[in-house]
Amino acid sequence: MAAATAMRFGQLSSGSDMAPDWTTKEVSTGTTIMAVEYDGGVVIGADSRTTTGAYIANRVTDKLTPIHDRIFCCRSGSAADTQAIADVVTYQLGFHSIELDEAPLVQTAANLFKASCYRYREELMAGIIVAGWDKRRGGQVYTVPVGGMLVRQPVSVGGSGSTYIYGYMDSNYKPNMTKDQCLRLVSGALSLAMERDGSSGGVVRLAAISETGVDRQVILGNQLPKWSTIYLTIYPTVCLKDWRSTLLSKGLEIYPTVCLKDWRYTLLSV
Amino acid sequence: MERHLMDSQIKGVSTGTTILAVTFNGGVIIGSDSRASIGGYYVSSKTINKLIQVHDRIFCCIAGSLADAQAVTKAAKFQISFHSIQMESPPLVKAAASVLKELCYNNKEELQAGFITAGWDRKKGPQVYTVALGGMLLSQPFTIGGSGSTYIYGYADAKYKPDMSKEECLQFATNALALAMGRDNVSGGVAHLVVITEEGVEHIVIPGDKLPKFHDE
Repeated sequence: MAAATAMRFGQLSSGSDMAPDWTTKEVSTGTTIMAVEYDGGVVIGADSRTTTGAYIANRVTDKLTPIHDRIFCCRSGSAADTQAIADVVTYQLGFHSIELDEAPLVQTAANLFKASCYRYREELMAGIIVAGWDKRRGGQVYTVPVGGMLVRQPVSVGGSGSTYIYGYMDSNYKPNMTKDQCLRLVSGALSLAMERDGSSGGVVRLAAISETGVDRQVILGNQLPKWSTIYLTIYPTVCLKDWRSTLLSKGLEIYPTVCLKDWRYTLLSV
Repeated sequence: MERHLMDSQIKGVSTGTTILAVTFNGGVIIGSDSRASIGGYYVSSKTINKLIQVHDRIFCCIAGSLADAQAVTKAAKFQISFHSIQMESPPLVKAAASVLKELCYNNKEELQAGFITAGWDRKKGPQVYTVALGGMLLSQPFTIGGSGSTYIYGYADAKYKPDMSKEECLQFATNALALAMGRDNVSGGVAHLVVITEEGVEHIVIPGDKLPKFHDE
């Protein structure tokens, strides 16, 4: 509520036509986040773009926030709101874990998120995925979308870019995948979403959480999986004797064994 | 989420739909779901056919208000037949797409719809054209549209390959429609697919229970 009124006042005073929108828009993690369970743990992933309107405030954001040793949350929505909630839950969970004298359950962390998100639902704009490993139930993924619902799912996507990958996720997720299959699924899905969603982009941050620990990786832009429709267009007007230099200048390797009539399809599948 | 709410509050019988068109080696497949809804809470028809034949080898479909769709395609059908008679030859797919683009651009204030035109002609073979909101005309190897299309951008980008065979293309289109209908509450019913090639036109209807099922958690 407070954020919304401040935004409107800002727009009135600076004149919406003259001032660029990043002077008035709230910082948002318009984003793509994803989490998948596998036997023995979870794999979580997120893009790395934070925007204020059309300006990218941070292009290397880390949206995978540790809440406890084996519990992480993926944040989407207002950056301020999600950081504040994550801080509160980290404190509450840390205290609870000391009282119990053992590692907290993922379900407990998820319920703490839900409690804050539901009580302050009018003021907050936060969509959070809580994922982690605990001794009782192994790898778990809980999603707490805007509004404060809590539900456990084997695989969950969130954020503005998630709408573009529901179809990909539905068709490629199978129960009982291995950790490597999950990593491939998450990095593939995130790169597709980042291509289509203007508010998602940058690098892909991944983390695999299991009993033995947390294994974090970053996949840079040029290392992302490539898809044939996105990366190449062949310009048919290129003169045959010049096509090699044109392609070399685009940074592609030429494979000399390719038969001339098939070169187009080989490039499209690179 | 807010985007969908605004769409259905603006129109009457609504945008809820999933449409797509894909070229393959030798032809093109155009497909859609079959649900017409009012504001996303009442299904006014479970079996409407959104694929409209505007000429022998040219079909089009519209994502938008169904009233607009029927009015615009009726006008387009007339203009294309007339053009074809004047030219004494079957019309080019690009000509049909241009007719729709003119209608869309000249009436951009009143209309709020996206059009897909697909067909086969002697000059360029199988083609797909899309007219975006506001009237931009674009030729693409495949395109998806409607409210359900947002859920399958990732799937379509990952799975489309140029020069598929007819069977591969049918599988791709059916899977894409099934995935979109599974996630979008205003798309559903049966899947209508039309296969257009030089030889002719084949209309395939896949009822809901025969659609591919994906892991449903």
